[in-house]
Amino acid sequence: MAKMSGSSNLVAMKKVVQQLRFEASINRVKVSQAAADLQQFCMQNALQDPLLTGTHRTDQPQHYLAFILMLQGKS
Amino acid sequence: MGEMDTLKKEADGLKAQIEAARKAVNDTTMAAVASGVAAAPRVQLKNRKTLKGHLAKIYGLHWSADNRHMVSASQDGKLLIWDTYTGNKVYAIPLKSSWVMSCSMAPSGNLVASGGLDNMCTVVNIKAASPKTLRELDAHEGYLSHSRFLSDTELLTASGDTTCCLWDLETGKQKVIYKSHVGDCMCLAVSPDQNTFISGACDSTAKLWDIRDGGCKQTFIGHTSDINAIAFYPSGTAVITGSDDCTLKMYDLRADQEVNGYQDAALNAGVTSVSLSSSGRLIFAGYDNFNCNIWDSLKAEKVGVLSGHDNRVSCIGVPDDGLGVCTGSWDSFLKIWN
Repeated sequence: MAKMSGSSNLVAMKKVVQQLRFEASINRVKVSQAAADLQQFCMQNALQDPLLTGTHRTDQPQHYLAFILMLQGKS
Repeated sequence: MGEMDTLKKEADGLKAQIEAARKAVNDTTMAAVASGVAAAPRVQLKNRKTLKGHLAKIYGLHWSADNRHMVSASQDGKLLIWDTYTGNKVYAIPLKSSWVMSCSMAPSGNLVASGGLDNMCTVVNIKAASPKTLRELDAHEGYLSHSRFLSDTELLTASGDTTCCLWDLETGKQKVIYKSHVGDCMCLAVSPDQNTFISGACDSTAKLWDIRDGGCKQTFIGHTSDINAIAFYPSGTAVITGSDDCTLKMYDLRADQEVNGYQDAALNAGVTSVSLSSSGRLIFAGYDNFNCNIWDSLKAEKVGVLSGHDNRVSCIGVPDDGLGVCTGSWDSFLKIWN
């Protein structure tokens, strides 16, 4: 029994090593570059981010219509 | 040395190699890079609607791709589909097992999925003449903690059996099994391009997977407790994780490491849920202490709070159009803020 679980532990450990070998081999970008790119993405999309700009649902045309329909009991 | 010892030594050597490679590219911090950016405005969102209808703790919510409907799951044994414009319930779907832990809606709006301690993921067609169970996906050996549809024919699940799985909904069979975590998988998020997904687990790691070949591409360490919540940055190049260790972290996929941390000495409540605003600038995080904190993702500063729930905030979601955020709580209510 001990031998059986020993060999399955070995198989599991081999998989762990194989995975680590794979992960060790990837290329990594410098944090300065990665962080700058993330920041640029944020800034480029900031004006279209309603929660950041404080746009309310009813400011959007399609939502305004839904809102009016709801008030009229038609939605 | 026995073979096992040799392997262990090799594993330790590889881990050290990975850490050294990460350090080698760690030439600055996100905070330093973001120091030139204007602070995010103080975010003051109001509770516009409270959706009442569940009779017990809410464990999950998911917005429809139509930005109007939403599905929520509660341990009162029901899935409710809401029209968030009117606040009305459109469908109520009774669950076979009330121990539900998550729910999701397909991008088409035709299907919803739920599952929990029954170890199964039940997929229901809500557009049929009356809501009809399409599939009961029954191969996980542990609880179902999370699910996300790729389409009406493919679904990803995360399970307490430490694996994630891609299911073919036409056959009800497992297509791909993702094995590498050594702790219960608690959450998953799909990349914007749908080629990869990320999972968070009780082994304190987050893993990036290739959806098609099942391979684990990257493993992110740093948390010191279960990762309960995970989300992709809208750029697809970073992920945000929330953990029982009371912190959130941003991991950049290209730098292969943590680039920002969100914590507060005063906060000693675990993070249960996370969602991002459409530009990624704002992180909405639900905590065990009944609040949702809003963080500036670049400067790692708290810029707001959503308070109003009387119990733990268990789930959060921002719809695709970014026009608001919904919180779900153990107090049985869903609140929409904008």
